[in-house]
Amino acid sequence: MSGSYKVSYKEDMAIFQNLWVKVWLIIFIILAVFSPILLNRYQLSILNEMGIATIGALGLNLLIGYTGQLSLGHGAFLAIGAYTSALLTGKLGIPFFLSLPLSGLMASLLGLVVGIPSLRLKGLYLALGTLAFAFIVEYILFHWDLTQGDLGMAVKRIGIGDYVIRSQRQYFYLIMAFATFAVICTKNLDRSKIGRSFKAIRDRDIAAEAMGIPLAKYKVMAFGISAFYGGVAGCLMAHYNRWIVPGSFDISLSIAYIAMIIIGGLGTVLGSVLGAILITGVPHGIVYVVDLLKGDYPALSGFIIDFKLGIFGLIIVLTLLFEPKGLFGVYQRTKVYFKTWPFKY
Amino acid sequence: MVVLEDSSEFQLEIDSVTMSFGGISALHDVSLSVEKGQIYSIIGPNGAGKTTLFNCISGMYRAQRGSIKFDGKELMRLKPPEIAHMGIARAFQNIELFQGMTVLDNLMSARGHLSHYGFLRAAIYLGKCRKEEIKSRDWVEEIIEFLDMQAIRKTPVAGLPYGLQKRVELGRALAMEPKLLLVDEPVSGMNIDETEDMARYLLDINEEMDITVVLVEHDMGLVMDLSDRVTVLNFGTKIAEGTPQEIANNPVVVQAYLGEAES
Ligand SMILES: Nc1ncnc2c1ncn2[C@@H]1O[C@H](COP(=O)(O)OP(=O)(O)OP(=O)(O)O)[C@@H](O)[C@H]1O
Ligand SMILES: [Mg+2]
Repeated sequence: MSGSYKVSYKEDMAIFQNLWVKVWLIIFIILAVFSPILLNRYQLSILNEMGIATIGALGLNLLIGYTGQLSLGHGAFLAIGAYTSALLTGKLGIPFFLSLPLSGLMASLLGLVVGIPSLRLKGLYLALGTLAFAFIVEYILFHWDLTQGDLGMAVKRIGIGDYVIRSQRQYFYLIMAFATFAVICTKNLDRSKIGRSFKAIRDRDIAAEAMGIPLAKYKVMAFGISAFYGGVAGCLMAHYNRWIVPGSFDISLSIAYIAMIIIGGLGTVLGSVLGAILITGVPHGIVYVVDLLKGDYPALSGFIIDFKLGIFGLIIVLTLLFEPKGLFGVYQRTKVYFKTWPFKY
Repeated sequence: MVVLEDSSEFQLEIDSVTMSFGGISALHDVSLSVEKGQIYSIIGPNGAGKTTLFNCISGMYRAQRGSIKFDGKELMRLKPPEIAHMGIARAFQNIELFQGMTVLDNLMSARGHLSHYGFLRAAIYLGKCRKEEIKSRDWVEEIIEFLDMQAIRKTPVAGLPYGLQKRVELGRALAMEPKLLLVDEPVSGMNIDETEDMARYLLDINEEMDITVVLVEHDMGLVMDLSDRVTVLNFGTKIAEGTPQEIANNPVVVQAYLGEAES
């Protein structure tokens, strides 16, 4: 084998592979640096929600899109992360930068607890198992004294020493940093033996075993890692909204996350990001449209907000029908289109 | 005889393996031994139990009785991944590739147990992880070159023609750096050119890579050309064993195949 070839495939193994991706990366960095200056608080708050959703979606995609394990319980892992951090910072006075990884770990631990019995379940049965888990978590949050049920809990501001995060702009930089870190870690997992083992199990579990991939280990690991992302997203969500109630983590949150990864693209990092952006954006889009029409049709607003979940459902169905690869598939096709453009790079 | 077992020169020893599904006896008291470095063929009519025997060796089925030893170690209680880690690789009769992944990733995925890093290192992808990945990629690139798959390296497997998929099956098994390779009907459905290529690959695998090959195949020409030794199964029972020459002249074998042809 020639030396020059090795050089070329080491480039091939790079995290961001071609110029196309690098251009997007630069655009992204420029936008990230300048958007807090250009956007108003409301617009920034939407970006913040998107950033948090990205972290959660990356995690769920590792479980469903990469490993092929259907879960309806992702919302519960966000809840666990959110309440863990709320309790740790609120009751024990632990600083945010400790409570963040701890809430991820807590969710991860419970993810393992769900993952182990799930080894015997596949497909819909697994989905039902995770749903049952989500109901148990919700029940506990409603009935445990510490979590104050319906009333909800106030969550402390994020503080590092004396520095306290207050403005949307500060949140923006913090959340973007975490989201970017999560994207990079996931990309790395994707191109490592971990990602390949996940996908091998998804595509053909029997063959995966014969190739030396222990199913149980990787299936449980997928649950653990996925729940960790969920827990971190939940923790950020709690400190960002500064008030949590069990109702914000119910089945509709899980479905919103499923909608994200399906419309974005199952089993891809970019898909998780695009899906998170779109599904987080949709309700704001609805609010915007409703505001425009409010003058003419006053009854409309309540009506449409109630149908948010239905709209997610519709998006899922339409995606599965017309573009099963999701936005990632659209991106791929556009890329091919531009690559065949007269001047290649 | 029992005392001598440990010092056996056989790499794979199958002893009185019996396996039935409900009422059907797929394997009945089958014994055979493969020496290191051999190409050993198992032939027999459809439904004779050849694939079932492979499934027993690789741990996907659990035989009711008997013993299967590899390098002197009993395999019967082990799980498929453990058996794979010992150095037994498998190319399947019906293509069992990871259809959503590229050729390259299919091959790389068979090397998980050979790269020693955990998920935390993988998430950072520095140091050991990067080194091990490059090492794996080196090995896989050599197999890609050996099997002439450079052009399809980045192609998703699902879109490839059947003959190529069979080749990827073989490549994925080789990626594991096996000591023993189980190949189940590698040339079924292939044209003459593809069959010749496959024959050359199998010979090179055996001679140059120093891998013992157990081959299941219906193509008698291929079996006769390649094999050091042949076992014939019929309805789950071993009816003959010998060199290709002996098998070709064995009246019982001829009878079994004629019986199959008539029915
Ligand atoms: N999982 C299973 N459940 C029930 N019966 C099985 C199973 N696997 C194999 N058999 C039966 O065992 C017998 C042997 O099958 P096997 O697949 O081993 O044959 P084979 O020699 O590989 O045939 P072929 O040349 O057609 O591939 C057949 O009668 C088959 O129906
Ligand atoms: Mg068979």
